Amino acid sequence: MKKEFKIVVLAKQVPDTRNVGKDAMTPEGTVNRAALPAIFNPEDLNALEAALRIKDKYPGSTVTVLSMGPHRAAEVIRDAMFRGADGGVLLTDRKFAGADTLATSYALSCAARKLAPDMIIAGRQAIDGDTAQVGSQVAEKLGWPQVTYAEEILDLDEKGMTIKRRLENGIEVVQSPLPLVVTVNGSAADCRPQNARRIMKYKYALIPTEAAAEPASLAAEMTAKHDYLRIAEWGADAVDPDPSQLGLEGSPTKVKKIENVVFQLKESKCLQCTDDEINTLIVELLETHTLG
Amino acid sequence: MNNLFVYIETEGGKVADVSLELLTKGRELADTLGCKLEAVLIGDGVAHLVPELAQYGADKVWLAEGKELSPYRTLPHAAILCGLIEQEKPQICLMGATPVGRDLGPRVSSAMHSGLTADCTSLVIGDHKDAKTGKEYDQLLYQIRPAFGGNIIATIINPDCRPQMATVREGVMKKEFAAKPGAGEVVKVDWQKMTSEADFVVKIIERHIEERKINIKNAGIIVAGGYGMGSRENFKLCFDLAETLGGEVGASRAAVDAGFTEHARQIGQTGVTVRPKLYIACGISGQIQHTAGMEDSAMIIAINNDPEAPINRIADYTIIGDVNEVIPRMIKAYHKNSK
Ligand SMILES: Cc1cc2nc3c(=O)[nH]c(=O)nc-3n(C[C@H](O)[C@H](O)[C@H](O)COP(=O)(O)OP(=O)(O)OC[C@H]3O[C@@H](n4cnc5c(N)ncnc54)[C@H](O)[C@@H]3O)c2cc1C
Ligand SMILES: Cc1cc2nc3c(=O)[nH]c(=O)nc-3n(C[C@H](O)[C@H](O)[C@H](O)COP(=O)(O)OP(=O)(O)OC[C@H]3O[C@@H](n4cnc5c(N)ncnc54)[C@H](O)[C@@H]3O)c2cc1C
Repeated sequence: MKKEFKIVVLAKQVPDTRNVGKDAMTPEGTVNRAALPAIFNPEDLNALEAALRIKDKYPGSTVTVLSMGPHRAAEVIRDAMFRGADGGVLLTDRKFAGADTLATSYALSCAARKLAPDMIIAGRQAIDGDTAQVGSQVAEKLGWPQVTYAEEILDLDEKGMTIKRRLENGIEVVQSPLPLVVTVNGSAADCRPQNARRIMKYKYALIPTEAAAEPASLAAEMTAKHDYLRIAEWGADAVDPDPSQLGLEGSPTKVKKIENVVFQLKESKCLQCTDDEINTLIVELLETHTLG
Repeated sequence: MNNLFVYIETEGGKVADVSLELLTKGRELADTLGCKLEAVLIGDGVAHLVPELAQYGADKVWLAEGKELSPYRTLPHAAILCGLIEQEKPQICLMGATPVGRDLGPRVSSAMHSGLTADCTSLVIGDHKDAKTGKEYDQLLYQIRPAFGGNIIATIINPDCRPQMATVREGVMKKEFAAKPGAGEVVKVDWQKMTSEADFVVKIIERHIEERKINIKNAGIIVAGGYGMGSRENFKLCFDLAETLGGEVGASRAAVDAGFTEHARQIGQTGVTVRPKLYIACGISGQIQHTAGMEDSAMIIAINNDPEAPINRIADYTIIGDVNEVIPRMIKAYHKNSK
């Protein structure tokens, strides 16, 4: 009976759109995206935790993080290694640029095919594109079943996985054979923190481009010596894609226009918290039939 | 051919509101395009819902019924919808941005290799000229959606692939009987031909879905409480005010996350969209993700102890003060003045 699983976790580096503070605002009241810190997409951390729990339970299992993005996105792979992942692959190439979700999932599925895992665990949704589409599309491209909105993996054996899904008004428990794609909800268990020993071990892990940028650095020297410190870096050619399905060309959706959301100022009447002023307001609302 | 599809979601023998909202919108778009509005109804014992779909404008209903088709599972529903899309070649296919629609839509869009725009807040028909090739397109679907945590609004088009697919969040579009009901012509779908054994490998072994008890979407008056209400105890003030004024209680995400009230009351980008005639925001700062769900309210009153709170900028009235003092005074003033 198989008791080791090969797991791929999909993780995206995203700008932190959740806390758009004053420093990230332009004088026109719009968001300056460059000023937002780049973070590990929150629900991908939940996905990573789900994968690490499988590894805890079935020693010998491996967790590989797959991320598509610029060189800088190697940061999320390192972060994942500090938390317990075994290693990762950064898919990076100009040819991927401008991808919509379909072209993104196509590229990811090509890389996943090469990694040949027993399962792929993704986050439900990325906080920048906000579509929650990539997980299901990767599943379709591979011809695998998908289980979305997963909150907890309840059971796993070589035949399949039992998963609790969190839906809007309730829960559902489903059983799916392997291989499959699972997308994990933010309501699932939080990810374990970085581990001090793992930080010591993996802090010099680099992608080749990073090592080449500073060939004389200690990190580059260490990476050259130790296999486990090498984070794989794959360009488009490494995953044998159909070039017409990549990047901008492979994207059926096109962004026609982007507008920044600006607060419309209204003439508002300002009242103080006195019985008189509040009384006047209520009387006015009753007279205009807004109330009553 | 080249008509407009709406995927109909059902739960507990009823059509989901969002599907009726999409039929209403779909009717308007189909009239503009001069095409038919067709509903895709997949489930078990759902034929009795056809007249309702016709009332909302469906010219035709593609009906696939079978025990295996309910409750919803991704693979069989996706296979049937894909089968119908291949057969009928609709130009547009719409579904709710619900857990079901957001599970089904991407699967179908990937299989059909057609783009999908998530969580649209507005859909309009417009022309387009490609800046690079100069190619002109007539009557595309402009799919307008917030992204980037609600900080930007993008207009997305799908010039070359069909169908143009979009999901739309519940409550964003209005739901209305069609001015002239559709014919609701039923076409039974031979779905067994469109599915295979492999589409049924995922089994549902347990399911607890509660019927939604709270429905703030259609309330005329909403008293919404935020993190500034301070505690679950204090949040009751919102219920007191809502009861006095004959309204419903809503909440910000921070209030829901803090456990002041249930998620069904959350208003905003990841909650419900509302447009009541009166919205009273109590201790809500007015972050963009919240205002996205309420800014179309006819009148907004903000109660906040911070004169600089962003909510004040979209409010018709701001009352500067502590919610614990303002709300009881409002209740008192209402009792005094209403008959
Ligand atoms: C304003 C704007 C609007 C957009 N609207 C649309 C749209 O409506 N339709 C559309 O098709 N595209 C759209 N896009 C493009 C889309 O954002 C990108 O294709 C993006 O690469 C993937 O989509 P997402 O961020 O929504 O990911 P989601 O689908 O929300 O991501 C789900 C999960 O998939 C995995 N994942 C996603 N991307 C990666 C990655 N690069 N590497 C590793 N794992 C990943 C993660 O586990 C993630 O949690 C839009 C882009 C912008 C800027
Ligand atoms: C992707 C994404 C989706 C989101 N979706 C939603 C959503 O759907 N809905 C939503 O609401 N949020 C959503 N948010 C969260 C949103 O960004 C804000 O964090 C949230 O709306 C803040 O809630 P709040 O205004 O209640 O809390 P706070 O921002 O903490 O504001 C509390 C306010 O109360 C005032 N206050 C404090 N004490 C008192 C008092 N005693 N009397 C009077 N006033 C007082 C303060 O001055 C302040 O203005 C989302 C965020 C992200 C990133």
